[in-house]
Amino acid sequence: MGRLRTFTRRTFIVGSVAVAGGVAFGAYQVLRPAKGPGAPEDGLRLNPWVLIDARGVTVIVPRAEMGQGVQTTLAALVAEEMEMPLGDIRVEHGPPAEVYANMSLLIPRDYDAKRPGAVMETLYQAMPKVLGLQITGGSFSAFDAYEPMRKAGAAAREVLREAGAARLGVGLDQVRAEAGAIVATDGSRIPYADLAEDAAKIEPPKSPRLKDPADWSILGKSQIRLDQPAKATGTATFAIDVRRPDMRFATVRMSPRLGGGMVSFDASVAETMPGVEKVVDLGDGFAVVATNTWLAMQAAEAVTVEWGAAPYPAETDAIFARIEDAFADKPNITARDEGDVEADGSGDLVEAEYRVPYLAHATMEPMNSTALFTGDGLELWSGNQAPIMLQKAAAEAVGLDQDAVTLHTTIMGGGFGRRASIDFGVIAARVAQAMPGTPVQVTWSREEDMRHDHYRPGAIARMAARLDGGKVAMLTGDVACGSVMGSQMSIPMADRTIVEGIGDQPYRIENRRIRGYAADVAVPLGYWRSVGNSQNAFFHESFIDEMAHAAGADPVEFRLGLIRPEHARSAAVVEKVAEMAGWTGKTPEGVGRGVAFTHSFGTPVAEVIEVVDEDGSIRIAKVWIAADMGVILDPGNCEAQLTGGCVFGLTAAVHGKITFADGMVNEGNFTDYELLRMSNVPEFEVALMANADRPGGVGEVGTPPAAPALANAIFDLTGERVRQLPLIDRFDFVG
Amino acid sequence: MAYTLEINGQSHEVDLPGEVPLLWVLRDTLGMTGTKFGCGVAACGACTVHIDGVAVQSCQTTLETVDGPVTTIEGLGTPGAMSAIQRAWVEHDVAQCGYCQSGQIMQAAALLAETPDPTDDEIDAAMWGNLCRCGTYPRIRAAIHTAAKTIQAEG
Ligand code: FES
Ligand code: FES
Repeated sequence: MGRLRTFTRRTFIVGSVAVAGGVAFGAYQVLRPAKGPGAPEDGLRLNPWVLIDARGVTVIVPRAEMGQGVQTTLAALVAEEMEMPLGDIRVEHGPPAEVYANMSLLIPRDYDAKRPGAVMETLYQAMPKVLGLQITGGSFSAFDAYEPMRKAGAAAREVLREAGAARLGVGLDQVRAEAGAIVATDGSRIPYADLAEDAAKIEPPKSPRLKDPADWSILGKSQIRLDQPAKATGTATFAIDVRRPDMRFATVRMSPRLGGGMVSFDASVAETMPGVEKVVDLGDGFAVVATNTWLAMQAAEAVTVEWGAAPYPAETDAIFARIEDAFADKPNITARDEGDVEADGSGDLVEAEYRVPYLAHATMEPMNSTALFTGDGLELWSGNQAPIMLQKAAAEAVGLDQDAVTLHTTIMGGGFGRRASIDFGVIAARVAQAMPGTPVQVTWSREEDMRHDHYRPGAIARMAARLDGGKVAMLTGDVACGSVMGSQMSIPMADRTIVEGIGDQPYRIENRRIRGYAADVAVPLGYWRSVGNSQNAFFHESFIDEMAHAAGADPVEFRLGLIRPEHARSAAVVEKVAEMAGWTGKTPEGVGRGVAFTHSFGTPVAEVIEVVDEDGSIRIAKVWIAADMGVILDPGNCEAQLTGGCVFGLTAAVHGKITFADGMVNEGNFTDYELLRMSNVPEFEVALMANADRPGGVGEVGTPPAAPALANAIFDLTGERVRQLPLIDRFDFVG
Repeated sequence: MAYTLEINGQSHEVDLPGEVPLLWVLRDTLGMTGTKFGCGVAACGACTVHIDGVAVQSCQTTLETVDGPVTTIEGLGTPGAMSAIQRAWVEHDVAQCGYCQSGQIMQAAALLAETPDPTDDEIDAAMWGNLCRCGTYPRIRAAIHTAAKTIQAEG
């Protein structure tokens, strides 16, 4: 296979390997040696995506299912090319392996590539390859898999046709692939599974022909997700549902002053409580192992403990004062510095400061993992978004080689970025180490989960603009917050998440400067659905609205005037959403409407929100969403993700707030971290557009415009400009 | 202490303290994991089951107070033989992460048993206590309406 070395690294070459009783197809990529199942030795990477054996066809989907439908959509890419009914395909997550590492962590934009920040983004794109990350997040799964998964399916199809033709003794032009079988012109059929071993002997075409999207029968159509029957019958196995023979159930308490450690604890009462088998001293916390999770939780309550001091200011106000201090430092990152923003111009100066709080992920399934430590091996069951990192960290925590850790990645009861952190898996490994030979499931209480999150950072933005004759003569924005990437990787770095959603939006403004400041606050931070876009879209799109109002312009027309010269796909979603909503710029008494637009993860999205006054309470009545998906792989799933993402953003805008007292998070459960409900969720209308040659992100892109569109609607309704979230602190909402 | 529970038509003996909530008896002792833990404080509805046909939060129902036959999501139907309401959930492609859906379905089943053709307001009232972090509420509503029609048509 040495000849393959001459191909460039962006080239995929489809290959196959014989496996016991069958054949696996994947795409080779010329890069560097990678360890993984079936990896050839010569420095090529084989991503074994399609496995055909006596059981039928299995697609390895090396991305984790946390509700975004990725396993169905990625399987559909293969099924389409293989001419297989989607329902006949088995889907497996596969083990952690470098061959499944992401191609990219960031979807490139199709505008504005020469901007200064763009160079760094190119480096960021290469990072997963360098670090061997296998992450589900950043909305890039479909973007990443679009070409290689289809090619793997197409190669399998072509090789099966060849094998089928040979078996039937007819020419290749006499056979076609159809519904999971090779069918000859005389009607004889051979199922794929029966051809698997023959297929293993045939070299697949280097660059198999892909179907014309016009001929797609699965892609582009709404599919019932493969996991629906299991999830409707309670038979889907989340990590918390893993059951092993002789398993024990544990719960954990780590310092509520995050990173503050433990001074001492007394478990003498807890140890005598029913069902308790062991109290494990973890040094920075403790775990109670029992015969039942609830008994473990009861005993944990009975432990008296003295926690260390928090490594950050103890109260919310003091934390925000520290964030404010960051503006006095050098910027961590300058996303844009174009034209001259300091020049004395004529016209009106508009200035505003915005603030957003820390937020928890609050996945419906609390953090948990199950582990079995045997002395020379560790088996781990965990719903996680970053298996290679978890495997490494768990191995280190219990003093084993990475190879000695077997990790099973289960489906997740919500991820939203929380499960890209690996703390919960590592803790389970450490608890299991104290119970050699016994599988232990470690489940966090809801309170432990909410008070030990890796939070969306609290943030402050200072915006200024000069409007000259209704035109934007100058715009500046400075954002200060903790660095998510610095917190996740434990090293300070230029962190583009501080400015994403504000420094990269397709508005044409000649004189503009956007800077990010990293606040020195040691509260653990994580990737929260749409990451920096979640707060920066609120800052940017609220301020665009303030500018439109100051200029006396209609908010839709004002945006279009700035977006049209920069990016046609983005302008088109704003036009579309205005048309859907019948936007006139006027609303009757008691009704308010707001608009917002964000380009994130390669997908432009515009939302219009209508609010109504119900006896002094605000009802979020209706949301219109227009989004350009690039290529629509599954319209039903796009609609579900866009609306779900919007509900996530609205929930945060109305209710979301994590606060601190005495170094500890106050909010502990859904009683004080409220979500939108059936009774107050708005009605949705969604339009999908497709004006690119690749799919963009889906899972996160509905979130960023939600908060500013709602705040702008409330301004229209009440005349009060919202510069601080959550809204519930200032307005009443219907319950 | 030993208790006898009737769950999905089968009798089970369990030896646990009487104050253990039914949720944890089901999940950890009997291995019936379809019923989910979400909050433990009656704030999310993920743990909803039926006792004597009435929807209750199993995290708030102690073992010693269970006074009738219990039905869990596993008792409503199986992947090969789903109830009308579960079929409606699949047809509307409701679940995203799916973690809340056992509780949503059990709550909806109790609603439809009492109110065969619920209005949107009746759905809002009945489903108020069932949270969905993924925001699948619009499809849950649609699935309840579909299930109501199917159940009435099938008699
Ligand atoms: S776990 Fe029982 S209501 Fe949330
Ligand atoms: S489907 Fe994820 S919480 Fe409801």
